[in-house]
Amino acid sequence: METLPQADAVIIGFGWTGSIMAHELTKAGLNVVALERGGWRDTPTDFPPTLAPDELRYYWRHEMFQETSRETLTFRNNMSQTALPMRRWGSFLPGVGVGGAGVHWNGQTFRFLPSDFVAKTHNEERYGPLPPDMTVQDYGVTYDELEPHFDTFEKLCGISGKAGNIRGTIQEGGNPFEGWRSDEYPNPPMEMTFSQDRFDFAARGLGLNPFPAPSANMSQAYVNPLGMSLAPCTYCGFCEKFGCGNYSKAAPQTTIIPVVMRNPNFTLRTNSEVLHVNKHPDGTRATGVTYVDASGNLFEQPADVVVLCGYQLQNTRLMLLSEIGEPYNPQTGQGLVGKNYTYQVMSSVEVFYEEEFTNNFVGAGSLGMIVDDYNGDNFDHSGLGFIGGAYIGCWTTNARPIESHPVPEGTPEWGSEWKRAVRHNFLKQTSLSVHGASMAYRHNYLDLDPTYTDHWGRPLMRMTYDFTANDRLLTDHITPIAAEIARNMGGREIKINERRGSYDSMPYQTTHNTGGTIMGQTPADSVVNRYLQSWDLHNLFVMGAGVFPQNAGYNPTDTVAALTYWSAEAITSQYLRSPGPLVQA
Amino acid sequence: MLKSMFLSGTALIAFPKLALAREFRGGETWPWAPGVADTPYFGTETGSYLNMAERAFVYAATARLIPSDDDGPGAREADVLTFIDRQLAGFYGRGQRWYMKGPWPEGLATQGYQSQHTPAELFRVCIDAIDQWCATNHDARFADLDEAMQDQILERIEAEDVTIEGAQIATFFDLLKEITIEGFFADPIYGGNRDMVAWHYVGFPGARYDYRDFIHHDGAPITMPPVSLAGRPGWNVDR
Repeated sequence: METLPQADAVIIGFGWTGSIMAHELTKAGLNVVALERGGWRDTPTDFPPTLAPDELRYYWRHEMFQETSRETLTFRNNMSQTALPMRRWGSFLPGVGVGGAGVHWNGQTFRFLPSDFVAKTHNEERYGPLPPDMTVQDYGVTYDELEPHFDTFEKLCGISGKAGNIRGTIQEGGNPFEGWRSDEYPNPPMEMTFSQDRFDFAARGLGLNPFPAPSANMSQAYVNPLGMSLAPCTYCGFCEKFGCGNYSKAAPQTTIIPVVMRNPNFTLRTNSEVLHVNKHPDGTRATGVTYVDASGNLFEQPADVVVLCGYQLQNTRLMLLSEIGEPYNPQTGQGLVGKNYTYQVMSSVEVFYEEEFTNNFVGAGSLGMIVDDYNGDNFDHSGLGFIGGAYIGCWTTNARPIESHPVPEGTPEWGSEWKRAVRHNFLKQTSLSVHGASMAYRHNYLDLDPTYTDHWGRPLMRMTYDFTANDRLLTDHITPIAAEIARNMGGREIKINERRGSYDSMPYQTTHNTGGTIMGQTPADSVVNRYLQSWDLHNLFVMGAGVFPQNAGYNPTDTVAALTYWSAEAITSQYLRSPGPLVQA
Repeated sequence: MLKSMFLSGTALIAFPKLALAREFRGGETWPWAPGVADTPYFGTETGSYLNMAERAFVYAATARLIPSDDDGPGAREADVLTFIDRQLAGFYGRGQRWYMKGPWPEGLATQGYQSQHTPAELFRVCIDAIDQWCATNHDARFADLDEAMQDQILERIEAEDVTIEGAQIATFFDLLKEITIEGFFADPIYGGNRDMVAWHYVGFPGARYDYRDFIHHDGAPITMPPVSLAGRPGWNVDR
């Protein structure tokens, strides 16, 4: 094994969090090495407009995603079952390669609500003690502290949207429930289509407050504060699960990586997979990482600061494989690494029209109107038996026909009748998505699998997860509200897709996996402190949605990125001056 | 344990030396040139996997899943058979991107694909098993039965009302249905959706990439001929 020259910082994973962290640390003058286990990817080489709209290649044959043949995870619904490997992706789609999942996201860029960061304190004050098995806790950082960092990320991305609350003043046309903003969005909202117009009308008729979804698809040409140019979105309908060939979707490639790559004090090594974080014998800090390149050569990369910037599942697994912190044990409640795995609780209501055309191929990843009246604690939960909520959104993201060929209730799944129904409804359907929060419970967690191994022979991660009592009550309460909006949208019929039964790891739901390396206020309740610094090794920082103690009713990227900026600021302004714990245990 | 594993060298043998790691030093030139992209991707292979009996089965079964009828084209006009044959001959058929290590206990419904067969192997094993079952029970292989009987058998397989020892025919049915839909609706460069018949049928304009002129359609139909990644016939020069 070759030992490489010492770096000031090593970053593991080069997606959103890795590129933001690399930018902030190189700006502070550090000599930074980023290790990415996938290959180089960029718009002109990998998904130019002449190749990008290829549904089979990128989504169904998983070209955008990590190959399960190299590494996957095992899954079971509960501890009495035997977890089996996810042999192909289904419910969620971890990314790989430069840009990570930031290449194939939709760009739905919501901030969490102020109350989401203090979920335990807030809900207990208002509704009394949480159920004993619910392991929800506060983040340890507040919305007010993160606000400037949300703003930074939204300007980096050129988010298209309409503010609902600027410094406490409610703004007409925005989301009246959102936390305060220091500024308007950098770009106006996207243009809406027929389906959003109908949704807007129907929701207003019910006294709700629809607003245009905050979108990382550009409503107009935009130059971000780093000087990167993005082009107007062309509404091509190949966004989520695809790279944007048009430089219209904010991704690490289009917003920040080219700037990072200009710094002589930065080095990116691709096809370089980190196997473990190395610990100093004194147990207080990391010494660097060990990685293997694509030729099978092992390297040790020593570094003064180590930042985990992989996907949530990878960061948790790397902590477990590196034996940092105590693995969570659901029987005893002891240990923290792998605790509080949460997800997202999804249901939907479809509207089918007879005369009108929805023409869903005219779509974009975050083209939508949203109602937030039933998200978070925006409504009174007294007597409802659950906490948290969901947004109801009418998105028009695509009409990619392998994936989206909607048919009404009662249609057979194949044969002439199915085929006819597909043709009849293909351009005449829209869907309302209910995007619900996921609260942490004692029995939903991540650990290492006892049987199955990756291509290096190391244990796969094991996921033990099922929907909870809170999830069921939440979705039972909010799905009917979506149905009521849908009924008022003037269609021929609606179809309600309720959230029923156990979590199924196969149908695609959402790539919003959270928890496992949770943040909090003391070493007794969390893996990392409020600055995303490991309680165990003071020079180890963990980014990503793994730090969410539980998931809110929103897409996570904006909050993930804001936390990254927040942590980077703590590293550059506090930690580098005096390396050591930033919060005293 | 990790150190000994790697120092012993045993784990390294299986690792392909194809894609070497690359280092990109900040401040240096970009790893691409303007105007140059990866070569277009015309499917996986142009090879063939299915034998004659398997071809007959797939031709018959896919035509039941997506029939040709008076409403429009089906799997036959779209040449879903060629699509499936090429896919099975390529990395998809080999299960190359899927995790295919054992052990292989029976899975739960929520655990997804748990066959130890790759997709290509599953086709081979299950088509043979179904044809034998048809021969035993109906004196003919599947492809030679009438359409009503074929429908009935597929329905029974789907409902797990017919099971065959040693062949996961319900899993096979799910995969067959999925790949048939793929072959019907995928870009024609993969061999199915021939002449974009499926896109014409449902009104999907294909790989167009810019709909800014149509955002405010307000519920009116948008009619335009589909375009494949390889263009469309209307773009050919008359000779």
